[in-house]
Amino acid sequence: MKKLLIPILIIAVVGIFVYTKAVGTYNQFVQTEEQINGQWAEVQTQYQRRADLIPNLVNTVKGYAEFEQETLTGVIEARSKATSMTIDPTNLTPEKLAEFQQAQDQLSGALSRLLVTVEKYPDLKANQNFLELQAQLEGTENRIAVARRNFNESVVTYNANIRTFPNNIFAGWYGFETKGTFQAAEGAENAPTVQF
Amino acid sequence: MKFLLDKKIRSLLIICLFLGVGRSLLAQDFPPIPNPPRLVNDFTQTLSSSEVTQLEQKLVAYNDSTSTQIAIVIMRSTGEYEIADYAQRFAENWGIGGSKDNGILILAAMDDRKVFIATGYGMEGAVPDALAKRIVENMILPNFKMQAYYQGFDQATDMIIKLASGEYKAEDVESEGKSGGAIFLILLFIFFFVILPMIKNRKDNDNHMGGKGGGIDLLTTIMLANLLKGGNSGKFGDFSSGRGGFGGGGGGFGGFGGGSFGGGGAGGSW
Repeated sequence: MKKLLIPILIIAVVGIFVYTKAVGTYNQFVQTEEQINGQWAEVQTQYQRRADLIPNLVNTVKGYAEFEQETLTGVIEARSKATSMTIDPTNLTPEKLAEFQQAQDQLSGALSRLLVTVEKYPDLKANQNFLELQAQLEGTENRIAVARRNFNESVVTYNANIRTFPNNIFAGWYGFETKGTFQAAEGAENAPTVQF
Repeated sequence: MKFLLDKKIRSLLIICLFLGVGRSLLAQDFPPIPNPPRLVNDFTQTLSSSEVTQLEQKLVAYNDSTSTQIAIVIMRSTGEYEIADYAQRFAENWGIGGSKDNGILILAAMDDRKVFIATGYGMEGAVPDALAKRIVENMILPNFKMQAYYQGFDQATDMIIKLASGEYKAEDVESEGKSGGAIFLILLFIFFFVILPMIKNRKDNDNHMGGKGGGIDLLTTIMLANLLKGGNSGKFGDFSSGRGGFGGGGGGFGGFGGGSFGGGGAGGSW
Protein backbone atom coordinates (compact mmCIF):
# COMPACT_ATOMS: atom_id res chain seq x y z
CA MET A 1 0.00 0.00 0.00
CA LYS A 2 2.77 2.39 0.91
CA LYS A 3 4.60 1.63 -2.28
CA LEU A 4 1.58 2.66 -4.30
CA LEU A 5 1.00 5.90 -2.43
CA ILE A 6 4.04 7.75 -3.76
CA PRO A 7 3.41 7.11 -7.47
CA ILE A 8 -0.24 8.05 -7.01
CA LEU A 9 0.80 11.27 -5.30
CA ILE A 10 3.24 12.08 -8.09
CA ILE A 11 0.63 11.40 -10.74
CA ALA A 12 -1.90 13.55 -8.91
CA VAL A 13 0.54 16.46 -8.62
CA VAL A 14 1.56 16.22 -12.26
CA GLY A 15 -2.09 15.91 -13.25
CA ILE A 16 -3.07 19.01 -11.31
CA PHE A 17 -0.12 20.91 -12.76
CA VAL A 18 -0.98 19.95 -16.34
CA TYR A 19 -4.64 20.73 -15.75
CA THR A 20 -4.05 24.24 -14.37
CA LYS A 21 -1.52 24.94 -17.08
CA ALA A 22 -3.95 23.77 -19.75
CA VAL A 23 -6.79 25.86 -18.36
CA GLY A 24 -4.58 28.95 -18.07
CA THR A 25 -3.25 28.57 -21.59
CA TYR A 26 -6.69 27.99 -22.98
CA ASN A 27 -8.05 31.10 -21.34
CA GLN A 28 -5.12 33.10 -22.60
CA PHE A 29 -5.72 31.86 -26.15
CA VAL A 30 -9.38 32.78 -25.91
CA GLN A 31 -8.58 36.26 -24.66
CA THR A 32 -6.09 37.03 -27.41
CA GLU A 33 -8.42 35.54 -29.97
CA GLU A 34 -11.24 37.79 -28.78
CA GLN A 35 -8.93 40.78 -29.05
CA ILE A 36 -8.11 39.80 -32.61
CA ASN A 37 -11.79 39.39 -33.40
CA GLY A 38 -12.42 42.92 -32.17
CA GLN A 39 -9.61 44.27 -34.27
CA TRP A 40 -10.81 42.36 -37.26
CA ALA A 41 -14.24 43.93 -36.81
CA GLU A 42 -12.54 47.32 -36.85
CA VAL A 43 -10.72 46.45 -40.08
CA GLN A 44 -13.98 45.42 -41.71
CA THR A 45 -15.78 48.50 -40.42
CA GLN A 46 -13.21 50.77 -41.98
CA TYR A 47 -13.29 48.93 -45.30
CA GLN A 48 -17.08 49.12 -45.21
CA ARG A 49 -16.84 52.83 -44.55
CA ARG A 50 -14.77 53.19 -47.67
CA ALA A 51 -17.23 51.14 -49.68
CA ASP A 52 -20.07 53.34 -48.41
CA LEU A 53 -18.32 56.46 -49.65
CA ILE A 54 -17.92 55.19 -53.17
CA PRO A 55 -21.54 55.55 -54.46
CA ASN A 56 -21.45 59.22 -53.45
CA LEU A 57 -18.13 59.68 -55.12
CA VAL A 58 -19.29 57.98 -58.29
CA ASN A 59 -22.44 60.12 -58.41
CA THR A 60 -20.49 63.33 -57.96
CA VAL A 61 -18.02 62.39 -60.64
CA LYS A 62 -20.74 61.19 -63.01
CA GLY A 63 -22.14 64.72 -63.22
CA TYR A 64 -19.18 65.64 -65.37
CA ALA A 65 -20.50 64.07 -68.56
CA GLU A 66 -17.31 63.68 -70.50
CA PHE A 67 -15.74 61.68 -67.74
CA GLU A 68 -14.29 58.30 -68.65
CA GLN A 69 -16.98 55.69 -68.17
CA GLU A 70 -14.45 52.90 -68.08
CA THR A 71 -12.73 54.14 -64.95
CA LEU A 72 -16.06 54.57 -63.22
CA THR A 73 -17.33 51.08 -64.02
CA GLY A 74 -13.96 49.73 -62.89
CA VAL A 75 -14.51 51.29 -59.49
CA ILE A 76 -18.09 50.07 -59.24
CA GLU A 77 -17.13 46.52 -60.14
CA ALA A 78 -14.21 46.41 -57.77
CA ARG A 79 -16.46 47.75 -55.05
CA SER A 80 -19.11 45.09 -55.48
CA LYS A 81 -16.42 42.42 -55.50
CA ALA A 82 -14.83 43.80 -52.36
CA THR A 83 -18.09 44.15 -50.44
CA SER A 84 -19.21 40.62 -51.30
CA MET A 85 -16.03 39.38 -49.67
CA THR A 86 -16.43 39.17 -45.91
CA ILE A 87 -14.63 36.83 -43.57
CA ASP A 88 -16.06 35.44 -40.40
CA PRO A 89 -13.59 36.09 -37.56
CA THR A 90 -13.51 32.36 -36.77
CA ASN A 91 -12.15 31.71 -40.23
CA LEU A 92 -9.20 34.08 -40.50
CA THR A 93 -6.90 31.68 -42.28
CA PRO A 94 -3.93 33.09 -44.19
CA GLU A 95 -5.51 32.04 -47.52
CA LYS A 96 -8.84 33.71 -46.78
CA LEU A 97 -7.14 36.85 -45.62
CA ALA A 98 -4.98 37.00 -48.74
CA GLU A 99 -8.14 36.73 -50.84
CA PHE A 100 -9.78 39.50 -48.85
CA GLN A 101 -6.74 41.70 -49.16
CA GLN A 102 -6.57 41.12 -52.89
CA ALA A 103 -10.19 42.17 -53.38
CA GLN A 104 -9.67 45.30 -51.32
CA ASP A 105 -6.40 46.12 -53.03
CA GLN A 106 -8.14 45.92 -56.38
CA LEU A 107 -10.63 48.48 -55.16
CA SER A 108 -7.77 50.67 -53.92
CA GLY A 109 -6.17 50.46 -57.34
CA ALA A 110 -9.40 51.34 -59.16
CA LEU A 111 -9.98 54.25 -56.79
CA SER A 112 -6.51 55.67 -57.25
CA ARG A 113 -6.92 55.42 -61.03
CA LEU A 114 -10.15 57.36 -60.69
CA LEU A 115 -8.48 60.03 -58.58
CA VAL A 116 -5.65 60.34 -61.08
CA THR A 117 -8.04 60.89 -63.99
CA VAL A 118 -9.87 63.51 -61.96
CA GLU A 119 -6.71 65.61 -62.18
CA LYS A 120 -7.65 66.32 -65.80
CA TYR A 121 -10.92 67.99 -64.81
CA PRO A 122 -10.29 71.26 -62.99
CA ASP A 123 -14.02 71.92 -62.56
CA LEU A 124 -14.46 68.65 -60.73
CA LYS A 125 -11.38 69.23 -58.65
CA ALA A 126 -12.82 72.54 -57.49
CA ASN A 127 -16.19 70.98 -56.67
CA GLN A 128 -16.75 71.34 -52.93
CA ASN A 129 -18.66 68.09 -52.72
CA PHE A 130 -15.86 66.23 -54.43
CA LEU A 131 -13.21 67.81 -52.20
CA GLU A 132 -15.04 66.68 -49.11
CA LEU A 133 -15.48 63.18 -50.39
CA GLN A 134 -11.81 63.10 -51.21
CA ALA A 135 -10.91 64.20 -47.68
CA GLN A 136 -13.17 61.53 -46.24
CA LEU A 137 -11.69 58.94 -48.50
CA GLU A 138 -8.16 59.86 -47.45
CA GLY A 139 -9.16 59.75 -43.80
CA THR A 140 -10.71 56.35 -44.30
CA GLU A 141 -7.57 55.03 -45.95
CA ASN A 142 -5.59 56.21 -42.94
CA ARG A 143 -8.03 54.51 -40.60
CA ILE A 144 -7.76 51.32 -42.62
CA ALA A 145 -4.00 51.46 -42.28
CA VAL A 146 -4.21 51.88 -38.50
CA ALA A 147 -6.80 49.11 -38.12
CA ARG A 148 -4.73 46.77 -40.27
CA ARG A 149 -1.57 47.50 -38.33
CA ASN A 150 -3.25 46.88 -34.98
CA PHE A 151 -4.72 43.65 -36.31
CA ASN A 152 -1.37 42.48 -37.67
CA GLU A 153 0.46 43.21 -34.46
CA SER A 154 -2.03 41.18 -32.43
CA VAL A 155 -2.02 38.29 -34.88
CA VAL A 156 1.77 38.07 -34.93
CA THR A 157 1.91 37.84 -31.15
CA TYR A 158 -0.91 35.32 -31.16
CA ASN A 159 0.71 33.17 -33.85
CA ALA A 160 4.04 33.23 -32.11
CA ASN A 161 2.31 32.34 -28.86
CA ILE A 162 0.46 29.30 -30.15
CA ARG A 163 3.50 28.01 -32.01
CA THR A 164 5.95 28.08 -29.13
CA PHE A 165 6.48 25.13 -26.84
CA PRO A 166 4.57 24.03 -24.81
CA ASN A 167 1.65 26.15 -26.00
CA ASN A 168 1.71 24.44 -29.38
CA ILE A 169 0.66 21.17 -27.71
CA PHE A 170 -2.32 22.84 -26.05
CA ALA A 171 -3.17 24.74 -29.22
CA GLY A 172 -3.21 21.41 -31.05
CA TRP A 173 -5.56 19.91 -28.48
CA TYR A 174 -7.98 22.78 -28.58
CA GLY A 175 -7.72 23.36 -32.30
CA PHE A 176 -6.35 26.90 -32.28
CA GLU A 177 -4.80 27.68 -35.63
CA THR A 178 -2.48 30.37 -36.86
CA LYS A 179 -4.20 33.35 -38.44
CA GLY A 180 -3.28 35.33 -41.51
CA THR A 181 -1.83 38.83 -41.55
CA PHE A 182 -2.03 41.63 -44.06
CA GLN A 183 1.10 41.77 -46.11
CA ALA A 184 3.10 44.97 -45.89
CA ALA A 185 3.26 47.18 -48.93
CA GLU A 186 6.43 47.21 -50.96
CA GLY A 187 9.19 49.22 -49.41
CA ALA A 188 7.59 49.32 -46.00
CA GLU A 189 10.46 47.34 -44.55
CA ASN A 190 13.05 50.13 -44.61
CA ALA A 191 13.11 52.13 -41.44
CA PRO A 192 13.31 55.79 -42.43
CA THR A 193 14.96 58.41 -40.30
CA VAL A 194 12.98 61.10 -38.59
CA GLN A 195 14.24 64.54 -37.69
CA PHE A 196 12.64 66.32 -34.76
CA MET B 1 17.20 21.89 -34.82
CA LYS B 2 14.79 20.67 -37.42
CA PHE B 3 12.14 23.15 -36.42
CA LEU B 4 14.40 26.03 -37.42
CA LEU B 5 14.25 24.87 -40.99
CA ASP B 6 10.51 24.70 -41.01
CA LYS B 7 9.37 27.00 -43.78
CA LYS B 8 6.34 28.23 -41.95
CA ILE B 9 8.32 29.21 -38.91
CA ARG B 10 10.88 30.94 -41.06
CA SER B 11 8.27 32.96 -42.87
CA LEU B 12 6.68 33.82 -39.56
CA LEU B 13 10.03 35.00 -38.29
CA ILE B 14 10.48 37.14 -41.36
CA ILE B 15 7.05 38.69 -40.86
CA CYS B 16 7.93 39.34 -37.23
CA LEU B 17 11.14 40.99 -38.33
CA PHE B 18 9.33 43.20 -40.80
CA LEU B 19 6.69 44.15 -38.31
CA GLY B 20 9.11 44.68 -35.49
CA VAL B 21 11.73 46.65 -37.36
CA GLY B 22 10.07 48.15 -40.36
CA ARG B 23 6.40 48.63 -39.69
CA SER B 24 6.33 49.84 -36.17
CA LEU B 25 8.25 52.88 -35.13
CA LEU B 26 10.73 52.57 -32.32
CA ALA B 27 10.38 54.77 -29.30
CA GLN B 28 13.39 56.79 -30.42
CA ASP B 29 11.50 57.88 -33.51
CA PHE B 30 9.41 60.12 -31.32
CA PRO B 31 10.73 62.97 -29.25
CA PRO B 32 10.23 62.36 -25.53
CA ILE B 33 7.38 64.24 -23.89
CA PRO B 34 8.96 67.43 -22.53
CA ASN B 35 9.09 67.88 -18.80
CA PRO B 36 7.04 69.76 -17.72
CA PRO B 37 4.65 68.73 -20.49
CA ARG B 38 3.56 71.40 -22.91
CA LEU B 39 0.86 71.53 -25.54
CA VAL B 40 2.90 73.65 -27.95
CA ASN B 41 6.17 71.98 -28.87
CA ASP B 42 8.37 73.75 -31.37
CA PHE B 43 11.48 71.67 -32.00
CA THR B 44 12.60 73.93 -34.84
CA GLN B 45 12.41 77.42 -33.33
CA THR B 46 10.02 78.44 -36.07
CA LEU B 47 7.85 80.41 -33.68
CA SER B 48 9.14 83.10 -31.37
CA SER B 49 8.96 82.34 -27.68
CA SER B 50 6.20 84.88 -27.14
CA GLU B 51 4.15 83.27 -29.91
CA VAL B 52 4.65 79.87 -28.32
CA THR B 53 3.55 81.25 -24.96
CA GLN B 54 0.45 82.82 -26.47
CA LEU B 55 -0.61 79.61 -28.17
CA GLU B 56 0.23 77.58 -25.09
CA GLN B 57 -1.90 79.83 -22.89
CA LYS B 58 -4.85 79.59 -25.20
CA LEU B 59 -4.65 75.81 -25.48
CA VAL B 60 -4.04 75.22 -21.78
CA ALA B 61 -7.05 77.40 -20.95
CA TYR B 62 -9.11 75.41 -23.41
CA ASN B 63 -7.88 72.14 -21.94
CA ASP B 64 -8.73 73.35 -18.44
CA SER B 65 -12.28 74.29 -19.33
CA THR B 66 -13.20 71.42 -21.65
CA SER B 67 -10.61 68.66 -21.04
CA THR B 68 -9.99 68.57 -24.78
CA GLN B 69 -6.29 68.62 -25.58
CA ILE B 70 -5.11 70.32 -28.74
CA ALA B 71 -1.38 69.85 -29.18
CA ILE B 72 0.90 71.57 -31.68
CA VAL B 73 4.17 69.94 -32.69
CA ILE B 74 6.60 71.52 -35.13
CA MET B 75 9.46 69.32 -36.29
CA ARG B 76 11.95 69.14 -39.15
CA SER B 77 10.94 66.10 -41.12
CA THR B 78 9.01 62.86 -40.84
CA GLY B 79 11.52 61.17 -43.15
CA GLU B 80 9.98 58.66 -45.47
CA TYR B 81 6.93 58.22 -43.31
CA GLU B 82 3.65 59.51 -44.60
CA ILE B 83 2.85 62.46 -42.39
CA ALA B 84 -0.64 61.04 -41.74
CA ASP B 85 0.85 57.77 -40.56
CA TYR B 86 3.51 59.43 -38.45
CA ALA B 87 1.08 61.91 -36.89
CA GLN B 88 -1.26 59.13 -35.81
CA ARG B 89 1.53 57.13 -34.18
CA PHE B 90 3.04 60.23 -32.65
CA ALA B 91 -0.26 61.27 -31.07
CA GLU B 92 -0.85 57.74 -29.83
CA ASN B 93 2.68 57.58 -28.43
CA TRP B 94 2.30 60.80 -26.47
CA GLY B 95 -1.27 59.97 -25.50
CA ILE B 96 -2.75 63.30 -26.44
CA GLY B 97 -6.29 63.66 -25.14
CA GLY B 98 -8.07 62.54 -22.01
CA SER B 99 -9.99 59.42 -21.12
CA LYS B 100 -12.50 60.20 -23.86
CA ASP B 101 -9.79 60.20 -26.51
CA ASN B 102 -10.58 63.86 -27.04
CA GLY B 103 -7.20 64.93 -28.38
CA ILE B 104 -6.05 66.65 -31.53
CA LEU B 105 -2.53 66.92 -32.84
CA ILE B 106 -1.48 69.54 -35.36
CA LEU B 107 1.83 68.32 -36.70
CA ALA B 108 3.95 70.43 -39.03
CA ALA B 109 7.08 69.09 -40.72
CA MET B 110 8.93 72.22 -41.80
CA ASP B 111 11.48 70.70 -44.20
CA ASP B 112 8.82 68.54 -45.84
CA ARG B 113 6.47 71.55 -46.02
CA LYS B 114 3.66 69.32 -44.83
CA VAL B 115 1.09 69.66 -42.11
CA PHE B 116 -1.44 67.23 -40.68
CA ILE B 117 -4.30 67.51 -38.22
CA ALA B 118 -4.79 64.17 -36.49
CA THR B 119 -8.05 63.72 -34.62
CA GLY B 120 -8.48 61.33 -31.70
CA TYR B 121 -11.33 58.84 -31.65
CA GLY B 122 -13.39 61.15 -29.47
CA MET B 123 -12.89 64.15 -31.76
CA GLU B 124 -13.88 62.53 -35.01
CA GLY B 125 -17.46 63.67 -34.52
CA ALA B 126 -16.60 67.29 -33.78
CA VAL B 127 -13.89 67.60 -36.41
CA PRO B 128 -14.64 65.18 -39.24
CA ASP B 129 -12.02 64.67 -41.91
CA ALA B 130 -13.72 66.97 -44.38
CA LEU B 131 -13.65 69.83 -41.88
CA ALA B 132 -10.08 69.09 -40.89
CA LYS B 133 -9.21 69.29 -44.56
CA ARG B 134 -10.98 72.63 -44.84
CA ILE B 135 -9.09 73.99 -41.84
CA VAL B 136 -5.83 72.91 -43.43
CA GLU B 137 -6.71 74.30 -46.85
CA ASN B 138 -8.28 77.57 -45.76
CA MET B 139 -6.43 78.53 -42.61
CA ILE B 140 -3.10 76.79 -42.33
CA LEU B 141 -1.79 76.52 -45.88
CA PRO B 142 -2.44 80.13 -47.04
CA ASN B 143 -0.71 81.47 -43.93
CA PHE B 144 2.15 79.01 -44.12
CA LYS B 145 2.77 79.96 -47.74
CA MET B 146 3.40 83.49 -46.53
CA GLN B 147 5.52 82.14 -43.67
CA ALA B 148 2.92 83.42 -41.22
CA TYR B 149 3.18 80.26 -39.16
CA TYR B 150 1.81 81.71 -35.96
CA GLN B 151 -1.30 83.04 -37.71
CA GLY B 152 -1.84 79.65 -39.30
CA PHE B 153 -1.73 77.81 -36.00
CA ASP B 154 -3.73 80.52 -34.27
CA GLN B 155 -6.58 80.50 -36.76
CA ALA B 156 -6.64 76.72 -37.03
CA THR B 157 -6.83 76.23 -33.27
CA ASP B 158 -9.52 78.93 -33.02
CA MET B 159 -11.56 77.06 -35.58
CA ILE B 160 -11.08 73.70 -33.90
CA ILE B 161 -12.11 75.23 -30.58
CA LYS B 162 -15.22 76.63 -32.20
CA LEU B 163 -16.08 73.29 -33.76
CA ALA B 164 -15.47 71.35 -30.60
CA SER B 165 -17.10 73.78 -28.19
CA GLY B 166 -19.84 72.08 -26.26
CA GLU B 167 -18.64 68.62 -27.16
CA TYR B 168 -16.85 67.91 -23.89
CA LYS B 169 -16.66 69.63 -20.55
CA ALA B 170 -14.09 69.22 -17.82
CA GLU B 171 -16.87 68.23 -15.40
CA ASP B 172 -17.66 65.16 -17.48
CA VAL B 173 -14.21 63.87 -16.78
CA GLU B 174 -14.29 64.91 -13.13
CA SER B 175 -17.57 63.21 -12.35
CA GLU B 176 -16.31 60.12 -14.06
CA GLY B 177 -13.38 59.86 -11.64
CA LYS B 178 -13.00 57.49 -8.75
CA SER B 179 -15.28 59.50 -6.42
CA GLY B 180 -17.67 56.56 -6.10
CA GLY B 181 -14.92 54.38 -4.70
CA ALA B 182 -13.77 57.10 -2.32
CA ILE B 183 -17.26 57.55 -0.90
CA PHE B 184 -17.55 53.82 -0.40
CA LEU B 185 -14.23 53.76 1.45
CA ILE B 186 -15.29 56.64 3.67
CA LEU B 187 -18.54 54.89 4.50
CA LEU B 188 -16.60 51.75 5.29
CA PHE B 189 -14.31 53.62 7.64
CA ILE B 190 -17.25 55.32 9.33
CA PHE B 191 -18.78 51.92 9.84
CA PHE B 192 -15.65 50.42 11.35
CA PHE B 193 -14.48 53.37 13.43
CA VAL B 194 -17.78 54.93 14.51
CA ILE B 195 -20.67 52.57 14.30
CA LEU B 196 -18.89 49.42 15.39
CA PRO B 197 -17.31 51.05 18.46
CA MET B 198 -20.73 52.51 19.29
CA ILE B 199 -22.32 49.09 19.20
CA LYS B 200 -19.43 47.65 21.10
CA ASN B 201 -19.59 50.36 23.70
CA ARG B 202 -23.22 49.74 24.30
CA LYS B 203 -22.63 46.08 24.90
CA ASP B 204 -19.41 46.41 26.76
CA ASN B 205 -19.68 48.83 29.66
CA ASP B 206 -16.24 48.06 30.94
CA ASN B 207 -14.43 49.94 28.16
CA HIS B 208 -11.23 51.91 28.36
CA MET B 209 -12.92 55.15 27.33
CA GLY B 210 -14.60 55.39 30.67
CA GLY B 211 -17.72 56.88 29.19
CA LYS B 212 -21.13 55.40 29.28
CA GLY B 213 -20.93 54.47 25.65
CA GLY B 214 -22.29 55.91 22.46
CA GLY B 215 -19.86 58.82 22.30
CA ILE B 216 -17.09 59.32 19.80
CA ASP B 217 -13.76 60.01 21.38
CA LEU B 218 -11.33 62.63 20.16
CA LEU B 219 -8.96 60.12 18.61
CA THR B 220 -11.64 58.66 16.36
CA THR B 221 -12.71 62.10 15.29
CA ILE B 222 -9.19 63.08 14.29
CA MET B 223 -8.67 59.83 12.45
CA LEU B 224 -11.92 60.29 10.61
CA ALA B 225 -11.09 63.84 9.63
CA ASN B 226 -7.75 62.71 8.30
CA LEU B 227 -9.33 59.95 6.34
CA LEU B 228 -11.79 62.31 4.77
CA LYS B 229 -8.98 64.61 3.79
CA GLY B 230 -7.03 61.71 2.39
CA GLY B 231 -9.95 60.57 0.35
CA ASN B 232 -10.36 64.00 -1.13
CA SER B 233 -6.79 64.51 -2.20
CA GLY B 234 -6.71 61.03 -3.63
CA LYS B 235 -9.60 61.86 -5.87
CA PHE B 236 -8.02 65.07 -7.03
CA GLY B 237 -4.77 63.31 -7.81
CA ASP B 238 -6.57 60.67 -9.82
CA PHE B 239 -8.16 63.29 -11.94
CA SER B 240 -5.10 65.29 -12.84
CA SER B 241 -2.39 62.70 -13.09
CA GLY B 242 -1.86 62.09 -16.76
CA ARG B 243 0.89 60.14 -18.38
CA GLY B 244 3.12 63.17 -18.17
CA GLY B 245 2.49 63.77 -14.49
CA PHE B 246 1.83 67.06 -12.80
CA GLY B 247 2.82 70.30 -14.42
CA GLY B 248 4.21 71.60 -11.17
CA GLY B 249 1.03 73.27 -10.05
CA GLY B 250 1.80 76.69 -11.47
CA GLY B 251 -1.40 76.77 -13.50
CA GLY B 252 0.41 75.00 -16.31
CA PHE B 253 -0.58 72.08 -18.44
CA GLY B 254 -1.30 68.94 -16.44
CA GLY B 255 0.02 66.35 -18.86
CA PHE B 256 -1.32 64.14 -21.58
CA GLY B 257 -4.03 61.70 -20.64
CA GLY B 258 -3.40 58.68 -22.84
CA GLY B 259 -5.86 59.43 -25.63
CA SER B 260 -6.09 57.08 -28.57
CA PHE B 261 -6.06 57.82 -32.31
CA GLY B 262 -7.56 55.79 -35.11
CA GLY B 263 -6.10 57.56 -38.13
CA GLY B 264 -8.67 60.31 -38.55
CA GLY B 265 -7.81 63.77 -39.78
CA ALA B 266 -6.51 65.50 -42.86
CA GLY B 267 -3.39 67.20 -44.08
CA GLY B 268 -1.87 69.25 -46.81
CA SER B 269 1.33 70.59 -48.25
CA TRP B 270 2.33 74.21 -48.72
